[in-house]
Amino acid sequence: MSVKVYETLTVECETGNYHTFCPISCVSWLYQKIEDSFFLVVGTKTCGYFLQNALGVMIFAEPRYAMAELEEGDISAQLNDYEGLKRLCIQIKKDRDPSVIIWIGTCTTEIIKMDLEGMAPKLEWEIGIPILVARANGLDYAFTQGEDTVLAAMAHRCPEPELFVRERKLTISIKKHELGEYANSPSLVLFGSLPSNVASQLNLELKRQSIKVSGWLPAQRYTDLPSLGDGVYVCGVNPFLSRTATTLIRRKKCELIGAPFPIGPDGTRAWIEKICPVFGVETQGLEEREERIWESLKDYLDLVRGKSVFFMGDNLLEVSLARFLIRCGMIVHEIGIPYMDKRYQAAELLLLQDTCIKMCVPIPRIVEKPDNSNQIQRIRELQPDLAITGMAHANPLEARGISTKWSVEFTFAQIHGFANARDVLELVTRPLRRQKNLEDLGRTTLVIKKNKFKMSQ
Amino acid sequence: MKLAYWMYAGPAHIGTLRVASSFKNVHAIMHAPLGDDYFNVMRSMLERERDFTAASSSIVDRHVLAHGSQERVVDNILRKDKEERPDLIILTPTCTSSILQEDLQNFVYRASIISDSNVIFADVDHYQVNEIQAADRTLEQVVRYYLDRLDRCYRQEKLDQFLTNAPSVNIIGIFTLGFHNQHDCRELRRLLRDLDIGINQIIPEGGSVEDLKNLPKAWFNLIPYREVGLMTAMYLNKEYGMPYISTAPMGAVDMAEWIRQIQKNVNTLTLSSSIKRVDYEHYIDGQTRFVSQAAWFSRSIDCQNLTGKETVVFGDATHAASITKILAREMGIRVSCSGTYCKHDAEWFKEQIQGFCDEILITDDHAEVGYMIAQMEPSAIFGTQMERHIGKRLDIPCGVISAPVHIQNFPLGYRPFLGYEGTNQIADLVYNSFALGMEDHLLDIFGGHDTKEVITKSLSTDTGLIWNPESRLELSKIPRFVREKVKINTEKLARQKGIETITVEVMYASKEAFNS
Repeated sequence: MSVKVYETLTVECETGNYHTFCPISCVSWLYQKIEDSFFLVVGTKTCGYFLQNALGVMIFAEPRYAMAELEEGDISAQLNDYEGLKRLCIQIKKDRDPSVIIWIGTCTTEIIKMDLEGMAPKLEWEIGIPILVARANGLDYAFTQGEDTVLAAMAHRCPEPELFVRERKLTISIKKHELGEYANSPSLVLFGSLPSNVASQLNLELKRQSIKVSGWLPAQRYTDLPSLGDGVYVCGVNPFLSRTATTLIRRKKCELIGAPFPIGPDGTRAWIEKICPVFGVETQGLEEREERIWESLKDYLDLVRGKSVFFMGDNLLEVSLARFLIRCGMIVHEIGIPYMDKRYQAAELLLLQDTCIKMCVPIPRIVEKPDNSNQIQRIRELQPDLAITGMAHANPLEARGISTKWSVEFTFAQIHGFANARDVLELVTRPLRRQKNLEDLGRTTLVIKKNKFKMSQ
Repeated sequence: MKLAYWMYAGPAHIGTLRVASSFKNVHAIMHAPLGDDYFNVMRSMLERERDFTAASSSIVDRHVLAHGSQERVVDNILRKDKEERPDLIILTPTCTSSILQEDLQNFVYRASIISDSNVIFADVDHYQVNEIQAADRTLEQVVRYYLDRLDRCYRQEKLDQFLTNAPSVNIIGIFTLGFHNQHDCRELRRLLRDLDIGINQIIPEGGSVEDLKNLPKAWFNLIPYREVGLMTAMYLNKEYGMPYISTAPMGAVDMAEWIRQIQKNVNTLTLSSSIKRVDYEHYIDGQTRFVSQAAWFSRSIDCQNLTGKETVVFGDATHAASITKILAREMGIRVSCSGTYCKHDAEWFKEQIQGFCDEILITDDHAEVGYMIAQMEPSAIFGTQMERHIGKRLDIPCGVISAPVHIQNFPLGYRPFLGYEGTNQIADLVYNSFALGMEDHLLDIFGGHDTKEVITKSLSTDTGLIWNPESRLELSKIPRFVREKVKINTEKLARQKGIETITVEVMYASKEAFNS
């Protein structure tokens, strides 16, 4: 086998010819998360076609997003962009009355250099609704990074804390029981869009350690954005939020707590353990709690132990998931990833390295901007038990006897915190369980023999 | 700039890719930014394709924006040429690349000199044509590319000797992601076998570009769907004098018409040869009476009950026109409004359904269709996936008769819309849509099957447990389909632990407890 084994952590880079979702797909979960928002994607038919097919049934549920479809006159600048957008935004205001309109810039607006950032403040003043601009285009970003661009834009709109926290303690009287219940006085804001029940699970987890979460970016409503500013601590819950992190540090002067991400019981524990010392809190009962979760996963762990995984890479959750799966006893051949921010993911990468050492397995190769065609060759050589991949490759790989899991499901499933560790394994083991059910039927390869991509048997 | 939520026909490059990936051993390279290769997902999901879709991207990123694609496109073409050895590579522009105004034609020219594969540049304009038009164009472009290379005298003079001995046809326009195309194709094969007519080629689905040079060997061409294939047929007609039949063999009446056209074409060409003239009348009669149940169905009591019921039909030109005619002419159902989103083919459509419906609607705005349906309040709708959802909202049953469709309209079972088996399928579809509506209506009048409002699924509502306001709110946020289960589990845990007031903490403790 020509695949190299690494002792230390290295990141390779390939051609970038890989399959992923366009970053405008972030509107699908963000419009649901931010209840009073409206997302306007300024782009072409191609963008619209992607959204309508990728989001399937959501389209029919009167979504709070739409396309501002550019026509030939817009491209050749025969029409006035500002007037066009104004007309559409007034209509949106009339029909839906949102608290914020978010313009999603696309490849086309980049190429024709439409000045969305310049027009937004003017129009905002004119129609009286906040207008945010996020350039979530396929020229620069992949899939989940779309959320990153939106949250980075939203960070600018977070109010400043009224006073420095230290001073506030003196001037504003805080109710006694509140002081008693929580240890931290500086506020902690978590960033990353999670379903509201997952967010409250993480809130609770920190509450157990007497740490109060003072807000989330984004909140359930745009009007409830958290206060951010000097002295506020922030911590990310997802690995693809590096722009947001940068914006919070540089522009909002927040303190970033660099931590692994709360995916898997090991990640969740490490995440809490990084947050607690910042507020001078000693963690309580975390080890036992993690132990109990692992205990409860036993039936799934028996299924995955010793099995191998190959991440083709498309949503940036790959490193965290790989780290969790290695801890579960799996062997990871390759971690493909669209983009690797070594600084933002530093703690996660360190935990990956430690986990590999602990589990006595070589550190998997990390491939940034992978090349799908090369990866398929490698999958053919390695014959992994499971390939985590996009839908474009899933059926063809299954037909060649390689079990696959559709990577996008990890983006939409609830995977954060202690309680949801089981959901991750539920996803990972599903192809393995299915395979077991069908084991006796034979015919694992269902393609014609002469095909050059033929794999197993 | 216009506000859009939904579109009936996709962007142009999708049409080109559908044609390219239907041919055997043809590779399409999109000049596109990251994420524009969603076509591969659709093909893999909807068609449940076992093979990798032969479409890839030459990625347009910041670098390309600043410096141009330079060698990248040519390199990508040559790489595919080496890796997969396709017969033909089609460089496909996207909306992004068409505004970059790079000289892609020049890249194609350069690559074609070096590569073993043939290379062409798909000649479609993103801002002028949609998916359907682009597919039609690309198919013609590919056929033209392979036929124009043939020697001129070979084309003209030898044409007569060139024909196959026995009557044969080409079927043009069967391709990937087409609405029930695979089943229709099988049905057409069966029909032609019955009529003793050979099939020279079926394109693009499963066809090889190397064989395209033999297209003129067929006696004439069949164009089952006018959206895709008509341009090719016209080209072949002009250059090679090949007649074509563009009637869709859908519904018993049009089936007969279609077979008679075939008969006419065969007989015209057999005039000079020794082959016997054909007469299919007997076949048509037998099939219509006994193979197709549709003619009998029209006379049965079931169908009598449908007389005068109102419907709305909407879809692509071929399907909407055919279904309108079937409903009105063959089943006596009243079509209040019939429409299509194929605006480019509006004239033909109007002419076809003249006299078969009260109103005609030509639009590609789904809101307009929805408004019209709401106004008319028909008993059933026959439309696309979108009309199905409009129907759901208005409580009107809908049969899906045309693209765009979702995965449930790529059935594994045999469901042609064309041919005599197709007439049976359509009759079922129509009857089931109405019967369901009627049943629903009766249930409504008599207050339903059962007393409706069931407060809770558990037998006793009085659990003695108190949900505090936060936990109540949290419960309401849990997706409906699992909410009941979460509620039961939480109360179970609370009872086990002797907790009286349920808080959010208790809820999530129970999730952990019952997970294992």
